[in-house]
Amino acid sequence: MANLKDLRVRISSVKSTRKITSAMKMVAASKLRRAQSAAEAARPYAERMERMVGSLAGSLPQGAPGPALLSGNGNDRVHLVVLVTSDRGLCGGFNSYAVRNAKQFLNEKLAQGKEVKILCVGRKGREQLKREYGAYILETFEGMGRKGMNYGDALDVAGRVTKLFNENSFDVATLIYNRFKSAISQIPTRHQLIPFLFDAASEEAGDPALRSMYEFEPSEEEILEKLLPRNLATQVFRALLESFASEQGARMTAMDNATRNAGDMLNALTLRYNRTRQANITKELIEIISGAEAL
Amino acid sequence: MESNLVQFDLVSPERLLVSEAYDMVVVPGSEGDFGVLPRHAPMIATLRPGVIDIYENGVITERLFVAGGFAEVTPERLTVLAEEAIPLSDIDSDATKDRLKTAKEAFEAADTDTARAEAEAEIGIAEAMLAAIAKMDGVRH
Repeated sequence: MANLKDLRVRISSVKSTRKITSAMKMVAASKLRRAQSAAEAARPYAERMERMVGSLAGSLPQGAPGPALLSGNGNDRVHLVVLVTSDRGLCGGFNSYAVRNAKQFLNEKLAQGKEVKILCVGRKGREQLKREYGAYILETFEGMGRKGMNYGDALDVAGRVTKLFNENSFDVATLIYNRFKSAISQIPTRHQLIPFLFDAASEEAGDPALRSMYEFEPSEEEILEKLLPRNLATQVFRALLESFASEQGARMTAMDNATRNAGDMLNALTLRYNRTRQANITKELIEIISGAEAL
Repeated sequence: MESNLVQFDLVSPERLLVSEAYDMVVVPGSEGDFGVLPRHAPMIATLRPGVIDIYENGVITERLFVAGGFAEVTPERLTVLAEEAIPLSDIDSDATKDRLKTAKEAFEAADTDTARAEAEAEIGIAEAMLAAIAKMDGVRH
């Protein structure tokens, strides 16, 4: 009889777990929708900003060094990694993917004899890195996007990066985050922040003839000086939004799986419970009958 | 087809705010306002906190406040990357006064050059906002 009670307890505990996971799935799904549209809405700004930096940089005189944020400080010795993860777990492999990618990058750089420094955005990334790379972690930002991601959060991170750069504490900055592809697929992505990389998107924007015709008000250098920190913040903001959307997607998928697993388990347990109950009844009947026959 | 309209895109970090074609758009450049008509010479400019005026058929149909940013002009289009943009009619004057006050307090409390510069920029934005509403109220009455 004790066995039956155990089963009942387990069934009820699996049931409540299923309730929790399915609620989390719902929450993640609704957050995902908002996060996804926020990430998509922010894309035009980031893209146009990048294009503008591209056209400005393209019209700089050949061979001119330009501001340090654009072309770097000429060194390649100290690498800064900005790792974007979530504050909370229960989202499948979401954080591990980004962390694994970061570890790979760090090991590569360390093997080349470079120095590395890490800025963590999100608690989980720090937790997973601190055992092996704890000494390299400069700072951790937490509580991003608790009330919806806003530009101010990105400004904080970007401001810190710019400050470190101006203090000459690193040469190259790389942003590592999960890019949102769909609810079930997130791609760990590396994006070099400093120096500015001309990618294909900014290359094909506007024909080169037009680009060299731009007038500037005030001078190119002054605009670049204002635009570059802004661009940095924008790229960070984009990464935060993408990462936030990815997190919700990953959590939704993970919780969907958990709910389904709980359902399967519940079926198996219920079957076992019913069988045991039946077996017990049969046993009792046999006892009664054989007792009656013995008389 | 030669269009007599200029395509105007206003984007803030959070979203695309405006994407439409207009007759003329006047933008508050940091070295003075400039109007953008179709076939304007390509230009990149920084903006000061101020008001963007949108003209249709020679009259202003919409006024938007921007808290600084960048403008890229090509013969076909004008793209404004604003840090913050809000229709002038949506500005709450009391909230702006509060904002100016907090900014001034932050300026007093600032202990580093960057913090001071930030607070100063914030004061500039709030003051420009107030000036913009005051001017609009003047026109209205």
